[in-house]
Amino acid sequence: MSHILRIENLHVSVNDKPILRGVNLVIKFGETHALMGPNGSGKSTLGLAIAGHPNYQITEGSIWLDDVNLTELEADERSRAGIFMAFQRPVAIPGVKMADFLRHAATNVRRPDRKEGEDLIAMREFRKELKGKMEQLKMDPEFARRYVNDGFSGGEMKRAEILTMAMLSPKFSILDETDSGLDADAVRLASASIAEIGRDKMGLLIITHHDKLLEHNPPQFTHVMLGGRIVETGGAELARQLHDHGYDRIRKAYPDAEAANQQMLAKEEPLAV
Amino acid sequence: MSTDTSTNETIGEINKYDFRTESKAVFKARKGLDAQIVEQISEMKNEPAWMREFRLKSLEIFHSKPMPKWGGSIDVDFQDIFYYLKPTDKQGRTWEDVPQEIKDTFDKLGIPEAEKKFLAGVKAQFESEVVYGSLKEDLVQQGVIFTDTDTAVREHPDLLREYFGTIIPPNDNKFAALNSAVWSGGSFIYVPKGVKIDFPLQAYFRINAENMGQFERTLIIVDEGASIHYVEGCTAPMYSSESLHSAVVEIICKRGSRCRYTTIQNWANNIYNLVTKRAVAYADATMEWVDGNLGSKLTMKYPAVYMLEPGARGEILSIAFASAGQHQDAGAKLVHAAPHTTGQIISKSISKNGGRASYRGLVRVEKDARKSKSNVVCDALILDSKSQSDTYPYIEILDQDVSIGHEASVSRIGEEQLFYLMSRGLSEAEASTMIVNGFIEPLVKELPMEYAVEMNRLIQLQMEGSVG
Repeated sequence: MSHILRIENLHVSVNDKPILRGVNLVIKFGETHALMGPNGSGKSTLGLAIAGHPNYQITEGSIWLDDVNLTELEADERSRAGIFMAFQRPVAIPGVKMADFLRHAATNVRRPDRKEGEDLIAMREFRKELKGKMEQLKMDPEFARRYVNDGFSGGEMKRAEILTMAMLSPKFSILDETDSGLDADAVRLASASIAEIGRDKMGLLIITHHDKLLEHNPPQFTHVMLGGRIVETGGAELARQLHDHGYDRIRKAYPDAEAANQQMLAKEEPLAV
Repeated sequence: MSTDTSTNETIGEINKYDFRTESKAVFKARKGLDAQIVEQISEMKNEPAWMREFRLKSLEIFHSKPMPKWGGSIDVDFQDIFYYLKPTDKQGRTWEDVPQEIKDTFDKLGIPEAEKKFLAGVKAQFESEVVYGSLKEDLVQQGVIFTDTDTAVREHPDLLREYFGTIIPPNDNKFAALNSAVWSGGSFIYVPKGVKIDFPLQAYFRINAENMGQFERTLIIVDEGASIHYVEGCTAPMYSSESLHSAVVEIICKRGSRCRYTTIQNWANNIYNLVTKRAVAYADATMEWVDGNLGSKLTMKYPAVYMLEPGARGEILSIAFASAGQHQDAGAKLVHAAPHTTGQIISKSISKNGGRASYRGLVRVEKDARKSKSNVVCDALILDSKSQSDTYPYIEILDQDVSIGHEASVSRIGEEQLFYLMSRGLSEAEASTMIVNGFIEPLVKELPMEYAVEMNRLIQLQMEGSVG
């Protein structure tokens, strides 16, 4: 399989305030990219703009999945085209069981032309698949009967996102701090799960502050974001360097981007999902 | 075929129920309401004098009472309604005994099929009269009575008269008085001491004719230690003029008994649905109302439980769905009249397309009802900016040593919830439906499986075309 996610000169505003100021990024199927950068630099914004959040207005530039211009599609159409984002803080959907939600989602993603009201994946087949994936991720089968993200601990939320990714097998996944708020064991488990589900089976864009996730999922490319732009790109060693020494070198090397970043931080925080 | 299945585009949401049956009535009283009509109904039914007197007295009370000044606006011309329509001469014991066109109606509504699958007994009311009735033989052997209320007046006069009109007397409210004057049909149930009925008994109420008023009267007596689950379904086709459904339901739960009364109402959008439902629960008895209100132009319905002796429990689970042109003024009423009684109200309302859903509830704790507990939770979900939700919670506490909780929430379908589900491949419409189904899940999971499936399907129909 050869798919390409191509982001060209992307400018994104939230409530008419510019956040991204010309992002260029190319991810090929099977590659792992790390996206790093200080708070407020626009990392989550990039993810949400790719996923199609309606509050993230694309004012310039485009996002292509192969020859499909994603910027013209709604979030559900992007998902069916093969885009997935694991959210930092996924919202709860009370009363909706994980299994029902996943069955509906998986059916739509696998049969993008399905009309509303048409049959879902057969129950028996689906249950078997879900059970298999949950075993693989060392999840309690009871989890499938719980309501989506309702009362989940931080760790459970992240694992539910990884399970969803496993069931939807996207072409490209954006993982937004899938390791944040977890204890060491949970980070290890999440990292190993991502490696097992995602590595070589999709293109990965991993947004992270930590190195544990990247230890299990060594990136071919590391991008550093500052002030709404990617200011530097390197290999796995760049991620290690940033993790060990922080962003002081970057801030000094790109004063314009640093000024933009400070300006954005002073404004209200962008919506995070 | 004598049934007309043509549907009306504008009311596509309820089209499964929107068919009319060409049915010749055996007897139809003239339009309008006066003592002569009331006497005629009583005479047609060959009633004893006491019942005729009861009706006439109730008619006077009806005339003397003003229209309620709260709730929704009721624009009914009481003289433009048919109060009594007898569709057939006799009641069927098998579906073959039921006139073909009426049987077709209930076939379409799936009643005989449901009966075969999971019901312990069925009553089917068409216009004013119950046209079909059945009860499993073993329940008959155990002394269970499940009949229509007219038959009960003739065959169980002492039992009926002991309770009839005692829980909801005619002077309770204007529409209880109206029902008491012109009532016809409804279920009469007696469950003897210690008899537990495992499968639901169901009654299905169908209004078919235009300008028809339906005024069934239900009386359920659950004797000591007995238990029952009774389910009612209601539908009507769409006509250009309004119809009236005004029922009275009285329930007596004796010591240690249990009664659950489930309603799934899906009236056409021009029915005024003004119903009085009340139960009394004695020591350690449990009364549960599960009340699903879809359809109708205006529904005013507040199922009540009066807890009269220690240990009594009352639970009311209510859901209302109001769409364009609809006002659901629904709620609940709990009266703690004895110590150590426990009550719970869970109300869920959904409004969309300019619909209005109101919760109106009362919790009253009488003096000396110490150590009583009551909890009220009402959640409203508003699907768009045209729609409305109101909450009118009344709490009257006359004893200090009690525990009363009240929580209310109003939410709009969250942008973040929609985006989350859409980012997983669900269309906006599917995502909205999923959020609504999740919202009412606490109620749906209380329903027997067959009704849960039906409830979800009805919600789906209501949601279609709600987005974009």
